[in-house]
Amino acid sequence: MTTITVSENRFKQFLRTIHIPPVFLFLVFIFLLGGILDQIFSDGQIFKNPPILLNIVVRSVPLGIVAVGQTLVIIGASIDLSVAYTISITAVMASFVMQGNSANVPKAILVVFAIGAVIGLVNGLTITKLHVNSFIATLGVGLIIKGIINATFSNYTGSVPDSFQYFGYGAFGIIPVAILILLMVVIAGWLLLSRSKFGFHLYGVGGNVEVARLSGLRTDGVLIIAHVLCSLTAVLTGLFLVSRLQSGAPWVGPDGIYDLESVATTVVGGTALAGGKGGVWGTLAGVLIFGVLDTTFNQLGVNPYLKTVLRGAIIVLAVASYTFRSKKDAA
Amino acid sequence: MTDQTLKSESSPIETLAPLTEVCNISKRFPGVVALDDVSVKFYPGEVHAVVGENGAGKSTLMKIMAGAYTPDSGEIYLSGEKVLFTHPQEAQEKGISIIYQEFNLLPERTVAANIFFGREPSKYGVVDTREMNKQASAVLREIGVEQMISPTTQASSLSVAEQQLVEIAKAISFKAKVLIMDEPTAALTYTEVKLLDDLIQRLKSRGMAIIFISHRLIEVFDIAEKITVLKDGQLVKTTKKAEVTPSDVVFLMVGRALDHYFPPLGKPEDFGDVVLRVTDASNQFIKGISFELRRGEVLGIAGLQGSGRTELAQALFGVAPFESGSMELHGKAIAVKNPSMAIRNKMAFVTEDRKSEGIAPRQPIRDNMLMTVRAIQSVFGVIHKDGIGKSRKLVPMLGKQVDIRTDSFDREAQFLSGGNQQKVVLAKWLASDANVFIFDEPTRGIDVESKASIHDMIRDLTNRGIAVLMISSELPEIVGMSDRILVMWDRQIAGELPAKSSEQEIMLMATGHVDAKSAKNISKAGEE
Repeated sequence: MTTITVSENRFKQFLRTIHIPPVFLFLVFIFLLGGILDQIFSDGQIFKNPPILLNIVVRSVPLGIVAVGQTLVIIGASIDLSVAYTISITAVMASFVMQGNSANVPKAILVVFAIGAVIGLVNGLTITKLHVNSFIATLGVGLIIKGIINATFSNYTGSVPDSFQYFGYGAFGIIPVAILILLMVVIAGWLLLSRSKFGFHLYGVGGNVEVARLSGLRTDGVLIIAHVLCSLTAVLTGLFLVSRLQSGAPWVGPDGIYDLESVATTVVGGTALAGGKGGVWGTLAGVLIFGVLDTTFNQLGVNPYLKTVLRGAIIVLAVASYTFRSKKDAA
Repeated sequence: MTDQTLKSESSPIETLAPLTEVCNISKRFPGVVALDDVSVKFYPGEVHAVVGENGAGKSTLMKIMAGAYTPDSGEIYLSGEKVLFTHPQEAQEKGISIIYQEFNLLPERTVAANIFFGREPSKYGVVDTREMNKQASAVLREIGVEQMISPTTQASSLSVAEQQLVEIAKAISFKAKVLIMDEPTAALTYTEVKLLDDLIQRLKSRGMAIIFISHRLIEVFDIAEKITVLKDGQLVKTTKKAEVTPSDVVFLMVGRALDHYFPPLGKPEDFGDVVLRVTDASNQFIKGISFELRRGEVLGIAGLQGSGRTELAQALFGVAPFESGSMELHGKAIAVKNPSMAIRNKMAFVTEDRKSEGIAPRQPIRDNMLMTVRAIQSVFGVIHKDGIGKSRKLVPMLGKQVDIRTDSFDREAQFLSGGNQQKVVLAKWLASDANVFIFDEPTRGIDVESKASIHDMIRDLTNRGIAVLMISSELPEIVGMSDRILVMWDRQIAGELPAKSSEQEIMLMATGHVDAKSAKNISKAGEE
């Protein structure tokens, strides 16, 4: 009897430490609903065909990776709207440096991560040292990057070698490499937030920057690191995209609306836009909800604009439900 | 009273070197001198209380010692060594720990994460949560609340008192040499205060210097060995507890020269019918409030910070409405549910927090003045540049009435001085044609000249038959303006005092369990 309670407590504790947010229930609900609709109105591939299931996840990978970074900065009560162009510059520069030659791959990866780190540093420094609102700071930095790549490249530039496409298309047994990478990024983000000093400090800075300062924390550094990490996730997304597309073009980032969608999925996942609260698992659920939605609508062959309407509705309802819950808590 | 510091007498404690010392500290904020040339010595193993009225500069001094503010001039010495703090972290490293008056917890984090925030036990950047919880338990045990508060509880689920205890635990966990407590007991119940007393005694015996700010003089006399009185940012006196009585301290806190002329009080025959009657009204912040307000009188509400003064105003105006009891306005029973309802029933509220609630800083003066009239007029009403509907010349008229000094009403309100901003707020309410005015700190942070003209305007209102409820933490203002005085203490009305009551009487009622009658007696005895 006692052992049961102990193990139950352990289990509860475990649940608490990994913070499974209620948004996962919504994900399961959306998935079942989509599957049932597919059974009734279409050929029922969602439930029958495992590759379709995997495809839901694979198509969520680029958004998922960058959304983890976005979650970090949003927990720090900041935001990064430059990610879409960071993705573009990564895609373009990677294929430009690689030029289809496997020997250039390490050099290209080094170059794009360096660029990403610089972008993150500029974002972080502009926000903390120049005291520019993060929305404006990152919007401005994004436009600067956009200008630079549009002036330099007008179309698909260079290409990636076949070996590099393993990132986008390869599989480990039946599990696509892409999914493993997404999982690794999410787990890294989770460990960072829940286990590292940086994570503890980030929640504090986002929760109340003055409290953090009065508690003796140098708050600027924490936020700068968060921005660098966010830009690096955008670089990883850019690398994934270019490996799928074979060649990078300046519009891959903005076309995917990675800036606004990464913010939206983070918020749907339960991270407060005001900062100080949330986590990457919720964000993963948010990303998968969007993925399920896409797949279901493709299967059913419904007007894609309806999908956009539904996405919008989900964002609004999710946030409304969070505020409602927290008000109930307060009362 | 004029001697600035304690003469070094040959008591045993004086022979020790001070653990920390502030010398000639001055700090100025826009429009106010918060601290003016203040010097105090704090000795190890001693509890040193710092007292003074609201705005005396206590909290500013503490924040300077803790590195949260940098002084404009003056020095801080710690163990004889001169230190200069530009960030709270530096003060912490040198062993100065502080419990702030406002809460400083992260609501979404656990108790342990809050206690060790910024100093989490870790290896290679990985936080050892188990170790952190263990250490947090130890700290909570040290203050005797380990049964009450678990290290893994989320801070937001704690009561206010429990949060305060976590703050104390956090401050203790620094293993500091100097511990500053800014009103640590404000939110605590009797038993919790007892716990804190025991803790302070233990820390003291370890040779810590404890600096204790409190409004409760009873407590100050229980705990402290030395008392420093600040007034208007200046040091009045540092004295040993044994050498003074509580009424001496109160006198030192409030005793001052007349700083300006107040308009004559109202004459009893001018006071009309009861306009506002509140009977046994309560909400979550204040309890059992009963009083009457008549036409033509200024009813002063005195009380210390946290006594419920502002909450009373907010309840009357429907910001945080009463939940029980009854309220009668102009002879009719009414339950004011929100500010809009209050305005429609001819109430006006000049708030304490001018910056965030009183004016829209980026809007022109003209729009600020018209804000209330526009809010209550019909949606389809005609708006003119200088007024609405028929009253096209409202803005210049109001400007003249409140005597605003500005070259143009198009100027953004943020560029006006504090005094002129307050006049804009007043104009806004004059325009609404209200006949019950609530003022919360009408003259906080504004210059003497504007103060006087605002006092004149308040008296002008009552001469026109308007009823005024005036909340103020400035005792001279309460005494100078009020036709009757209500004193609040511990979220209720402690009692009523007549016009021209002394500041001591008010202060005695506002600081403890003294009723109106004994306040009078004690204060008389003190004067003789």
